[in-house]
Amino acid sequence: MLRAVRSLTLVPMFVLIWILSCSAQDLASFEKRVEVKTLPNGLTAVVCERPDSAPVFSFFTNVDVGSAQDPMGKTGLAHMFEHMAFKGTDEIGTKDYAAEKVALQKVEDAYAAYIRERDKPVGRDEAKLKQLQADWQNAIKDAQQYVIPNQFGEIIERNGGEGMNAFTAEDQTAYFYSFPVNRLQLWAYLESQRYSHPVFREFYKERNVVIEERRMRTDSNPIGRLVEQFIETAFSAHPYHRPTIGYISDLNSFSATDAQHFFDTYYIPSNMVVAVVGDVDPAKTMDIIEKYFSGIPSRPKPDERTTTEPPQDSERRVVLYEQSQPIYLEGYHRPSYRDKDDAVYDALADLLSEGRTSRLYRTLVRDKKIASEAEGGTGFPGVKYPHIFYFFAAPMPGHTPEEVGDAIHAEIDKLKKEDISDDELKMVKTRAKANLIRSLDSNEGLAQNLAEYQTLYGDWRELFRSVDRIDAVSKADIRRVANEVFVPTNRTVAIIEHVPATSGGAQ
Amino acid sequence: MSRTSTKIALALTLFFASALTLLAQQPWTKIPIPPLPAFHPQEPKRIQLPNGMVIFLQEDHELPTIDGFARIQGGARSEPAAKVGLMSLYGEVWRTGGTKTQTGDQLDDYLEIRAAKVETDANDDSTIISLSCLKEDFPDVFKVFNQLLREPEFRADKLDLAKREAFDGISRRNDEVRDIAQREAARLAYGSTNPYARIPEYATIAAVTRQDLIDWHHAYVYPNNIILGLVGDFDSAQMEATVRAAFGNWERGAPARSPEVHFEPAKPGYYLIKKPDVDQSNIRMVALGTKRDNPDFYAIQVFNEVFSGGFSSRLVQSIRTAQGLAYAVNGAIGTAFDHPGILQLAMGTKSGTTVQSIQALYEQIDQLKTKPITDAEIARAKDSILNAFVFNFDTPDKVLRERMAYEFYGYPADFLERYRAGIEKVTTADVARIIPKYLHKDQLAVLVVGNTADFDKPLSSLGQVTDVDISIPPPPQEMGAAAGSAGQ
Repeated sequence: MLRAVRSLTLVPMFVLIWILSCSAQDLASFEKRVEVKTLPNGLTAVVCERPDSAPVFSFFTNVDVGSAQDPMGKTGLAHMFEHMAFKGTDEIGTKDYAAEKVALQKVEDAYAAYIRERDKPVGRDEAKLKQLQADWQNAIKDAQQYVIPNQFGEIIERNGGEGMNAFTAEDQTAYFYSFPVNRLQLWAYLESQRYSHPVFREFYKERNVVIEERRMRTDSNPIGRLVEQFIETAFSAHPYHRPTIGYISDLNSFSATDAQHFFDTYYIPSNMVVAVVGDVDPAKTMDIIEKYFSGIPSRPKPDERTTTEPPQDSERRVVLYEQSQPIYLEGYHRPSYRDKDDAVYDALADLLSEGRTSRLYRTLVRDKKIASEAEGGTGFPGVKYPHIFYFFAAPMPGHTPEEVGDAIHAEIDKLKKEDISDDELKMVKTRAKANLIRSLDSNEGLAQNLAEYQTLYGDWRELFRSVDRIDAVSKADIRRVANEVFVPTNRTVAIIEHVPATSGGAQ
Repeated sequence: MSRTSTKIALALTLFFASALTLLAQQPWTKIPIPPLPAFHPQEPKRIQLPNGMVIFLQEDHELPTIDGFARIQGGARSEPAAKVGLMSLYGEVWRTGGTKTQTGDQLDDYLEIRAAKVETDANDDSTIISLSCLKEDFPDVFKVFNQLLREPEFRADKLDLAKREAFDGISRRNDEVRDIAQREAARLAYGSTNPYARIPEYATIAAVTRQDLIDWHHAYVYPNNIILGLVGDFDSAQMEATVRAAFGNWERGAPARSPEVHFEPAKPGYYLIKKPDVDQSNIRMVALGTKRDNPDFYAIQVFNEVFSGGFSSRLVQSIRTAQGLAYAVNGAIGTAFDHPGILQLAMGTKSGTTVQSIQALYEQIDQLKTKPITDAEIARAKDSILNAFVFNFDTPDKVLRERMAYEFYGYPADFLERYRAGIEKVTTADVARIIPKYLHKDQLAVLVVGNTADFDKPLSSLGQVTDVDISIPPPPQEMGAAAGSAGQ
């Protein structure tokens, strides 16, 4: 749900100063154990040794492409490629790649013919369409005879892979798992082949799997429906307005050829950071990475210009009439993560939401008793481009979304008119320090942090340094940013109003 | 929401046997896999105080933090049927209600300024109090932990707040289809009044009093019922002195008793919950599972891995990859430490393939007979479990938690090592033997939550259907105000 949204910003971008003791959490200590290298093809590798680690390692491949790069009419393609990245290569998952390649091209040709007829605005020949669909399905059956299904995943699982997964977001696509350390070289082979020799087999069956994923996350889930409506309303021009999972018509339309184009355009080495953390020797590991990953062909950077979201200048509002209980969500546009005030937003999110001392818990939940939960957060739905600072609350039985909206606005007014207290500011800064330390305690978490910071800032050290920026946040900064950003004309509200099932749902 | 993950929850390909013949051409098989370096995870130090309290100390000096938690015998399975929800209220108000000397709000301020946590919670069989702090704050935080453990106040205003939140939770419990399916599947597998499956209602929450929380604490929270574990940047000898000083003079109390629990699984057949606002059906096939001290446990674990433990498992290969019927599909004979787990097959599929999917799951059960599990599948499953075995104890924290769980349930301290040995011994014949013992197609209760108007065929085409009523019983008259307009 919304909590997951704060991914990047919640990962504390916070203070280091007091952490000058000798232990493992300071930058100086990390400098000695981290090796970074950009290969000739443009791919950057970050390797970190953890001296006390068990004989295991975790990796995190972060690709600097997400659903914000989905082409118009082909939403969901970035995520679709993520699924295809588990389908194998020209060596893995095939009984005879030469023959399979020919068969897969026939599938694409048949699909293109089918889609051409299907999508004719006028003059569609239904009998011909039926025949073309049958031809396409037969081509799929023919290609299937060469497939060893799920062999890529099976190799990983059989070798003790742990936590194998991937995700796609507006800004990024990421792949990760952990392995026993004696499989380091096997990992380098598997992970590099995935990007140097991917094969888009079983594409159209996997598309159905993704459609079921959409039904699960969005269509059959009231909060999922609310969030989709919210971003569509809050963004009118920037690609952030489209759902990562994709629209159903696009999911029923795009092809493996489209996925190949997307892959060729964006999965270029200069868009990739690979981080490895664990019981590894940085220099030897770097040699292995260089040996295997150098084979990913380099291509020119794509044109990634996007429309800049214009100023909102009007309050926007969507109401969903649902059989589920009421929910209140509102959001305000804010600049991208490169803005000088980025740390101020992080401080605001912490102040509003973190723990039982947070402002929204204390007023809406504890004192007014009008909400069962309430929080504010940033980094939604991404961070690379100007995005949203949101407020979310679940009204208590007998209380309305309007009531919790009013209470949130009263809290915002207070932020604008009065300085926060010394203790509050201290809590925000202390939590930041503690959160940084806690984020260093697992191979998986550390690999993700190093890869994401290296991608966003071009330097993993920012994980530690951005902490200084939080420590520099003042009470005046909080007031100033609240006054600049939390204004009604910059606001989008999305509400679930409850209607009993018997009335048929909508009004 | 923004992170759409390929939840690859769950590996042998149907073609694996033929793939074996291709080994010579498979480049990855030529990559050397040296032996894994010897690894002996550091065991925590176990101390038992004369008053019966068991303490585990696990040093971990990588980061300047200390974490700990105490697990206390007795939990929600022992709460009275008329007060279901008592323990979830207890788990919250224990912390929010504060101590004799400080209110919960004061504790919030005291802890948050140190970026520290002391939290409480309640499970089916135990209650938990935990702490988490920077090393330098440990004395301050441990003091709070100790006071909360020994002298909680359960202030009435926080019980009132917790009840309101519980009412809100009840009012929202039918909002998300997967929540409904999970809850109702457990009620079918265990019986709707079974302590592991029953759910709170407005009336049972309203019936809970502050005295109930106090009485529970006085009945259960004694050193002889407690296992405490601490992990982090400390010296064990010093820490031992600290905990002995804190708990050494605490007097024993009555030992906690486990309640008699009856399991009354629903009759086999079809159960339907109509949910018009979804386009995906949630399917659950359930029966009673078994316990982990069952000698069949190891063969069951290998079976579970073959059946749905990864990409190349039978369910994922057939239901997801080959047929594209589901994003999430799984099936396993569930186990638990001290009571039967739930045997369950689960998936979500579009409304229009609901009956087709039930038949596809049945076919997978049938195929366990018609296409028996092969040696290659068993080898794949055992490799997956054994090669990933190191991840059961790759951090000091995990070692501590495993060890505490075995202590709590009276399992041997070396259970994890026995597990490894047990898995290694499992044969194809062992797995073939346990399948007909536990998994019976005709004894499953099959639950469907979905939009019946769009089903491919009526569920009744498969057999007799029982409608399950999930409407929420309204609040008792006298508490209408507190529960608001909930329950509509």
